[in-house]
Amino acid sequence: MAEEKVVNAVITTQEERQQIEESKERERKFRTAPRLNKSPLHGLWALTNRDLIKWYKNPVQLLISLIQPVIWLGIFGKALNFGSFISSQPGITSAQITQDYLRIFGTTSYFSFLSTGMLAFIILFTSAFAGMSVVWDKRFGFMNKALSTPVGRSSIVTGKVLQSVIRSLIQAAIVLVIAVALGMDTSHLGVLSIAGSFTILFLMSFGLSSLFVMLALRSSDWQTQMAIINLLNLPLIFASNAMLPVRIMPGWLQTVVKLNPVSYANDATRQLLLGSTVKLAPLWMDFGILVAFAVLLSSLGIVLSWRLLTK
Amino acid sequence: MVEKVEAPVIVKVEGLSKTFGNLKAVDGISFEVKTGEIFGFLGPNGAGKTTTINMLTTLLRPSGGSAEICGLDILKHPNEVRRSVGVVPQEYTADEDLTGIQNIILCGDLYGIPRSESKPHAIELLRLVGLEEAANRKVSTYSGGMRRRLELASGLINYPKLLFLDEPTLGLDVQTRTAVWDYIRMLKEEYHMTLFLTTHYLEEADSLCDRIAIIDHGHIVKIGTPAELKASIGGDVIVVGVVEKEPDISAKIAELKLVKDVKKSDNQYRVKAENGEEASIQLIDMIRSSGLHVTKISLTKPTLDEVYLEYTGRNLRDEETDRMSMMSQRITMMRARR
Repeated sequence: MAEEKVVNAVITTQEERQQIEESKERERKFRTAPRLNKSPLHGLWALTNRDLIKWYKNPVQLLISLIQPVIWLGIFGKALNFGSFISSQPGITSAQITQDYLRIFGTTSYFSFLSTGMLAFIILFTSAFAGMSVVWDKRFGFMNKALSTPVGRSSIVTGKVLQSVIRSLIQAAIVLVIAVALGMDTSHLGVLSIAGSFTILFLMSFGLSSLFVMLALRSSDWQTQMAIINLLNLPLIFASNAMLPVRIMPGWLQTVVKLNPVSYANDATRQLLLGSTVKLAPLWMDFGILVAFAVLLSSLGIVLSWRLLTK
Repeated sequence: MVEKVEAPVIVKVEGLSKTFGNLKAVDGISFEVKTGEIFGFLGPNGAGKTTTINMLTTLLRPSGGSAEICGLDILKHPNEVRRSVGVVPQEYTADEDLTGIQNIILCGDLYGIPRSESKPHAIELLRLVGLEEAANRKVSTYSGGMRRRLELASGLINYPKLLFLDEPTLGLDVQTRTAVWDYIRMLKEEYHMTLFLTTHYLEEADSLCDRIAIIDHGHIVKIGTPAELKASIGGDVIVVGVVEKEPDISAKIAELKLVKDVKKSDNQYRVKAENGEEASIQLIDMIRSSGLHVTKISLTKPTLDEVYLEYTGRNLRDEETDRMSMMSQRITMMRARR
C-alpha cells in the first residue's frame, strides 16, 4: 500500500512537471516574437486572395455578372444589329457592304465590333464594384481589423484593386470565348494579339479599380457608392467607342470620347483582335495613355490611402 | 544569457485627447497600465472609451497628448505598436464567408507571420477558445458567442504582450459571458498577458479588473482598484444587533482602528468601517469582552454600482452618435443574438 502511494506521488509530480513545462513553453512562445515575413507582398497577397476566395466560392455571382454582356451581345449585336442599317439599303452589292463595314467599323461585322466593346464593358462594370467591397469591409469591421495590424495601408488599397483586376480579366476572357463562339471575326486572333489586348485591359482595369476604390475610401455608405457607380459607369461606356463608331457621333461627343480612357482601350483591342484600320490613335499611343492612366490613378490611390485610412 | 526585464509600465498615456468637430470625445486623459494587470475602462456609452482604444491601437490619430505602449510612441512607431498589441474590437470583424481557421490565418498573414507558423498556432488558439470543432465551418454559421470567441482567438495570433478588448461581452448571454471572463483570466494567469478592456458592465469590471478607471465625458473621474473605489465612497456597513437595555458603548467602538463612523439606534449599532470582514470580528470580540451580548450581525459591502453612479451621475444619456457607429453597433448586436 505504502509503496503504491509513493509511486503515485512520483507520477503526479511527473505529470505536474510536464504541465509546468508545457505552460512555460506556451509562455515562452508568447514572449518571443514570432519569425516574421516582412515582405509587403505577403500581406498584399493575403488580402487579395481573401477577396478572390469569396468570389470563386460564390459562382452564382460570376454567372450573374456574365449574363449582362451576353444579353448585350445578343440584343445589340445579333437582334438589333446596327450594321443592318448599311446592308438594308437597296441596290448595294455585297462587296460594297463589306467596304462600308470596313470603313465605318473597321471590321467585317457589327457583332465583332461590339464584342470588343463588351470586353471593355465587363472590365468597367466589374472594376466599378471594387469600391463596393471597401464599403462592406468598413461596415462589417474588417477594415478596422486590418488597420490595427501592421500591414501596409497601401497594401489594403492595392489588394482591393488587384482582386478586382484579376476578376475583371477572368470575366473578360470568358466574354471573349463566348463572343468567338457566337461568331466574332477570328481571322486576326493570335497569341500576341490576345496577350496585347489583355495587357491593355489589365491597365484599364487597374486604373478604373483604383479610381473606384479611391472614391470609396472615405465613404461608409453603400447607397452613395451605388449612386457613384451608376453616375460614372453609363457615361464612361456610352461616351466611348464601345457601342458605336466615333465617326457617326456629333462633334462635341467625339471630343468627349477622345477624353475617355475607355475609348483608347477599345481602340487598342480592336486594332489587335480585329486588325481594325479605323483608329482613334496609333497603337503605341493607346498603350501610353493607358499606362499613364493606370500609374496616375493607382499612385493617387496609394497616397490617399496613407492620408484617409487613419482618421 | 540576460533575461529581458520588462518595464513595469506597459501603457503610459499623457494628456491624450481627441476632438471630432467641436465635440471633445477624449479630453486630456492621463493614466498608466502596469505590466501583467487587467485594466478596465468603465464608463457610460459615449464616454470616450472606444475613442481611447482606437487611439492607442493607432486607428485614430490623437488631437493632442502622447501615449507610449511597450515603450514605443504610438505616433512615431505605429507599426511596432501594432505588432506588439492584439485587438479585439467591439464589432465582429471576422469575414463571414471564410471559415474560422481561414480568418485567423488571414490575421496572421496581415501581421506577416508565415503560414508554417500561423497554421499550428491558429489551431492551438481555436482549441483554447473551444472552437476546434467549428474551425472549418463558415463564420456565417457561428452563433454570437462563437463569433466573440473567434475574435478573441484572432486577437492572439501575433503573440501580443498587451491585448485590447473593447466591450468583450456586449450582447452575450450569461454562459458565454462567463466563458469569456475565464479566457481573460487565463490569459493573465497562464500567459502573463496585460489586458486592457472597456466595459459598461459593472460586475464585469468588478470581478475581472485589477484596476479600474472610470471615464465620463472624456475625463477620467476616478482610478484605482475596485476595493479602493468602493472605499472611496465610504467603506462597508456593519449592523450589530444588541440588547436594548445594555449600556451604550458607541465611543468605545469608534476607537477601533478600522471603524470610521458609529451610529446607535434603539437596539443596533450602524458601523461604517474599512475591511468589514475583519472589523466585524473585532466588533463582536469587543462587545462580548465588555460583557454585553450580540444578537445579530450583518455586513453590507458597497457595490461598484454606487461608486459608478456617484462619479458619473444618475442622468440618462441621450448622447448623439453618428449613423455609422449606430449601424455597426446594431449589426454587432444582431449577430450576437443569433
